[in-house]
Formats: sequence, structure tokens, C-alpha cells
Amino acid sequence: MAAAPISVTLDQVFIVLRDWLTHFLPAALQPFAAVVLEVVAIVCVFPGLFALTTVFERKGLGRMQNRLGPNRVGPFGFFQPIADGIKSLTKEDIVPLNADAVVHFLAPLVLVVAVFMGFAVLPMGRNMVLVDMDAGLLFFFAMGASTELSIFMAGWSSRNKYSILGAMRAIAQMISYEVPLLLSSVTVVMIAGSLSLTKIVEAQNQYTGIFPHWYVFTPWGLASFVMFAIAATAETNRTPFDLPEGESELVAGYFTEYSGFKFALFFLGEYLGMFSISGLGATLFWGGWSAPLSILSWVPSWIWFFSKDMAAIFVFIWLRGTLPRLRQDQLMNFAWKFVLPFTLLNLVVTALWRFMEGGWLRWVVCTAILAGAYVLMGRTGMHRKHFGPRSYRYAE
Amino acid sequence: MLGEGIVKGMLETAKNFAGSFVSEERLTTVEYPEQRIPTAEDARVFPFLVYDGPDWEAGLRCVACQICEKGCPPKCIYIEKSKDKKPDYVGKMQIYPARFDIDVSVCMSCQICVEVCPFEAIKMNTEFELATGDRFGGLLLDRHKLARSNEYYHSIHPTEAAEVDARLAEEKAKVEAKAKAAAEAAAAKAAAAAAAKPEAPKSESPAAGGD
Amino acid sequence: MSVVFYGIAALTVAGGLAAVLLKNTVHCALAVAVAFAGLALLFLSLDAQFVGFAQILVYVGAVAILIVFAILLTRGAEPVTGGVFSKSWLVGLVIAAGVFAVLGWAVLQSAHALPLVTAAPAVTVQDIGVALVGRYVLPLEIVALLLTAATIGAVIVALHEKERTR
Repeated sequence: MAAAPISVTLDQVFIVLRDWLTHFLPAALQPFAAVVLEVVAIVCVFPGLFALTTVFERKGLGRMQNRLGPNRVGPFGFFQPIADGIKSLTKEDIVPLNADAVVHFLAPLVLVVAVFMGFAVLPMGRNMVLVDMDAGLLFFFAMGASTELSIFMAGWSSRNKYSILGAMRAIAQMISYEVPLLLSSVTVVMIAGSLSLTKIVEAQNQYTGIFPHWYVFTPWGLASFVMFAIAATAETNRTPFDLPEGESELVAGYFTEYSGFKFALFFLGEYLGMFSISGLGATLFWGGWSAPLSILSWVPSWIWFFSKDMAAIFVFIWLRGTLPRLRQDQLMNFAWKFVLPFTLLNLVVTALWRFMEGGWLRWVVCTAILAGAYVLMGRTGMHRKHFGPRSYRYAE
Repeated sequence: MLGEGIVKGMLETAKNFAGSFVSEERLTTVEYPEQRIPTAEDARVFPFLVYDGPDWEAGLRCVACQICEKGCPPKCIYIEKSKDKKPDYVGKMQIYPARFDIDVSVCMSCQICVEVCPFEAIKMNTEFELATGDRFGGLLLDRHKLARSNEYYHSIHPTEAAEVDARLAEEKAKVEAKAKAAAEAAAAKAAAAAAAKPEAPKSESPAAGGD
Repeated sequence: MSVVFYGIAALTVAGGLAAVLLKNTVHCALAVAVAFAGLALLFLSLDAQFVGFAQILVYVGAVAILIVFAILLTRGAEPVTGGVFSKSWLVGLVIAAGVFAVLGWAVLQSAHALPLVTAAPAVTVQDIGVALVGRYVLPLEIVALLLTAATIGAVIVALHEKERTR
């Protein structure tokens, strides 16, 4: 190991640390201990990032609105999350009298567990993946789908009209946007030929000259990424798709009746969902842990993964500081009339790309099809505006 | 094209984000307890009682007429009249409020007390940091806590205070002129009476015509 | 057949029983979701990753939600008063016993017919994909057509209702 260059050592520093820590144990226990260590690392690192993100989000939003943001607790306000944590830990945990106590208690736990599971298959650096699964992508989406049930549990068990409305909105939205989310990820699977996230990263970790083979730098990849980003924003219930929480109409949506630490768990679940889906987006389209230029390969891979993740979080915050909330019918129309057809078309284009081996022609053809479709669909979609009183089909 | 507006909006917020680090003028808020924006001249929070001169108790303009107490919609004013009298700003003997309490937890800042006061004795304050740990006693302001000098009134509402002062000065001048005229008339009468004693009572004072 | 298997099997059976026996319909739906998750775990313990995750994705993520929605939209969320057993429980028992007997017979027959395989066959996701668009492409297309027809039918039903109410 002493012979290895310093950059390799730094790259694998966590692996080395894990192996060093486990080598004290008997050999039979070592694999088990290694997994426990990795789980502990994930369970510590991401909530830590969550704490940092909350303060960065508030400061960033403040700056976008020409304010200073929180700057009182500690230097530049960076101890704010500690204060928030103490507050939510010491607050009274109120369960409504009519609530379904068991389901009400289970909902935040199921959410956080399901969200944490998603991190298991994300490669956070070279050799840094908890479970290198053959069907890693499928596992990720399966875990993402289970969060819907916990949101329903939260909304239903609270026995509150705002909660149930928020839950219904959240589920309708998540189901609608799960389809484009999956379909836009499928394009990557088509090209990489694997559902394993580590293999997808390996496929992108090649360079022409100094430029990487990231999928986002291809026409279909860019289109997929944009659709993926839209669907991911909707999946995580972030602005402009934050109707389920819509504080101006639904108090706080499905977690209206949660207080104290259970509320904090929902908050944590939302942010962990952002981290994991951003990590997935980075893995699928932005080369995961691979360096943006081949000359930067000496920088440890985990730094690249986490900086890409954080950059995505910044975009989430930026969007939140910019866009207003959509209306429910706009949200559904956008999903079914624009995002879904476009992802379907993109699937075809990706297949075309796959079979037009090499050459500049496939660049021209694919770009032309996608750009033409985008302009055309955008134009027809924007010119058919139906103003006037809304008609309610089921509620009279 | 679709997405154009989003890009424009994103650029705008990005400009704000970067700009707020560079130029202080962009910041629309101040760090409140340390920095303060001067309150607007027409701002009003809760009423206060104006006094003239150095002594607040002697200088209170209020004469305990109780018009404000009766006019107050939420009934947050409580006045007790005094038994004795003290001179007001023109020197006339008036009763004064032995007690004048305003419960600011009830007050709704409507300014009706100010409008109805014929003595310019009650005005609206701009102080807003009235938070207190004692929500019963702490929010019930007595006449000492309500008393503010005329100079303070000038400092918070300069235009309005100047008008009020001009009006009061005019009134005072009128009263003084009247008193002077009365005194002159009395003097003339006395002189005439003195003159008439040895002579015939023939002349009348022209200055006394006003009465 | 290890402790893990028995644990998962117990969870699945418990979920299934709870789905039948609980009084509150939404609780039943949630219990069904638990049973689905248990089934997925069983698949995973048999090294069938694709089926296991598809089970979670489709059944826990979509079917359970669909059931729950159906319950909420039909005002069935209020807990029933009285017993959970219907009057025709005897007929139901006979039918269930019949189905179970047929299934059990089939399983036992196949166990005799098939060679005893101890090692799990290494079926990767890629193999499944190749099989789906290769050998089984016709069934796949038929299923797809059926689902499309069902979707269009649902839309037509919804549209029809709109016209009638106007």
C-alpha cells in the first residue's frame, strides 16, 4: 500500500479505513462488520448533509430574495440546524385524539427507512457502494415507490382533511411522475446495457481527449436528463411541484398533524429523498463519481460524487427561489401531455442512437428530432390555453 | 419557446443571489435590533399624553374631560378626575386626570381619541417595542408611562406637532388679547369713572365695543 | 429453509391473515401491502432479484395504492360494525379449500417431475430482457395490448360519465 500513489490512497481512504477497523475482528465477523460500518456511515453522513443543507437553503433563498438569511446562531448562522434539532427534539409530540395511533406512528418511520434504502445501491465513489446489485436501478425505484404508501399512511391516519388532501395530491403526483422518471432512466439502461449503477458509472468513466463520455453530453442524454430532473423534482415534492405541502392552501399537507420529532423525520425524509434522487441523476447522466476532465482524475472520486450531489441540491434550491407553485390540473397536464410523450419519443431516439453506430450523422438526426419535437410540443402546448371557469367533473 | 420564462426567472434570481453579496443596497431588509429604519412620520401605534414644560405631572395638557374615554371603541381608556385644579397652558384653572390608564392589549390603534380631543392632549406614539413578560400589568400603561414631552412629539411627528403648536399659540394669543382687552376696558372704565367723578360722564371707551 | 425463510413466511402469512381479519378496510389494505412486501422478500431470498423488485415496484408501489384509493373514493374507510365474516362464509371456505387443493396438487406433482435443484439458477436481468423480447415477445405484446385496451376503456368510462352529467 505504501507504494500506491497518494491520489489512489486518498481515493480509497474510506475503504482502507473500513478494512483497518474490521481487521481487529475475527475473520468470520469481518464482512458483517464491514456492512454495519458502511450503513452507519450512510446513516451519519446524509443526515449531516441534511442539517447543512437546511441552513444553506435558508441562506440561499434569502440571498435570492435579497435578504441575508439566518445568521444569528453561531458563526454566520451555521449552528442553526443544531438549534432546530434541539427544538424539534424537545417539542411535544402531539397525536390527534381521533388519529389512528399505530399508523400515525409508523408512517414517518416507513418513509425514512424506505428513503434510506435507496442509498444502498448508489455508488458514492470508486468501490464505494453498499450493495453492488445487478438490478440496482430497479431496487432504487422499488424503494422510491414504497415511500408513497407511507405518505398515504401519514395523510389518512391523521384524520384531518388537509392531511388527506395533501396525501391524495402527493400520491397522484408521484404516480404520474414516476412513469417519466422510469422511462427517462430506461434510456441510460438501453445504452449502458445494465441495470447495475456501478456498471453505468464505469461505462461513463471514459474520456475522448480530456472530455468524459457522460450521457448528458449526448442529445438523448440531455433530453433524458431534463425530463428526469422535472420528474425528480415532482417525486420529491419540491417547488414548483410542492402542491402536496402547499402551505397556503393545505397548512402542511400530509404532515399537518405531525409535531416534534416526527415532523423532523418527515423533513429528513424529504431531504434524503432529494439527496438520493440527485445522486441517482448524477450517476445516470453526469458520470457518478468520475471526474469531469481526465486531467482531474487525481481528485478523489467521492469528492466528485458529493459535489455533483450538492450542485443538484443547489439547483433544487434555486428552482425553489424562482418558480411559483403549479395548479393541480397544470401539474397533471404537464405530466401526461408533455413529459410523458417526450420521454416516449426519447426512448425511440435512444434506440435510433444505439443502432446508428458511430459517426456524426446520428448526432444530427437525434438532435434534430428531439429539438423539433420539443419546439413543436412546447408551441402547441403553450398556444392551447383554456381560460375561463374551471369545470369539476366529480365534485359538484 | 417552452422553458424560456423559467430560464429568465432563474437568471433573475441568480442575479439577486450574486448581487446580494456584492452590493449592500440590494438588501431590502436590515438586521433589526442593531440596525433600524426610522419610522415613517405618519406611523401610529398606541396613544400617549403630551405635556409641556419640564415637569410631566404639572404640564399634562389633559383636562380629564373624558371625551376620549367615551369615544374609545374598545373601551381601553380609564380616567379618574382630580378633586383639585391646576392651571392649564393658558393659565386657566382646570381639573386634571388623577388616573389615566390605557390598556394597550385592548387598544386597536384607531386614533379616535386623538381626533376627538379638543385639548391636543393625546397623540399617537410610534414606539412599538412594548413586549413584556407581564401581560396584565405590563400592558396597562398609567399616566406616567403615557406621558411624553412636547419635544418628543416634535421629534416623532414634526409636521403635525408644528401645526398643533401654531394652533395652540394662536389660541393662547387670542385669549391673551381678550384678557388684555378686558383689562384695558376695565382700566378705561376705571379711568372714565375717575374722570366722571369730577366731570360729567360723557365718554365711552372705544376698546370696550367688543364686549 | 432457514430462519430467514420462516421469518419472512410468517410475516407474509400474518399480513395476509390481517388483511382478511381486520375490521378497518384501510388497515386491511395496509396489511395487504405488508403481505406483498413479504412476498417480495421471499423472491429476493430465492435470488430472484428482478421479480422481487418488480413485486415491490408494482404491488407495493402501485397496486396497494390503487386499493387504498379505491377504498377512500368509495367511502369504505369507516370501520365496519359487527363481524368481519360474511354470511356465506361456508361457500367461501369450500371454494378456498378447492383452490388450495388444486394448487397444492399441482405443486406436489411438479416437485416429482422436476429434478431437485439445490443451487439457484443464475438468471440475470439481461436474460429476462432477452427472453421477454425474444421467445416470449408474442405473450408480452398481447399483455401490452390488453393493458392498453383497459386503459382506453377506463378513459372512455370516465368521459362518458362527464357527458351524462352535463
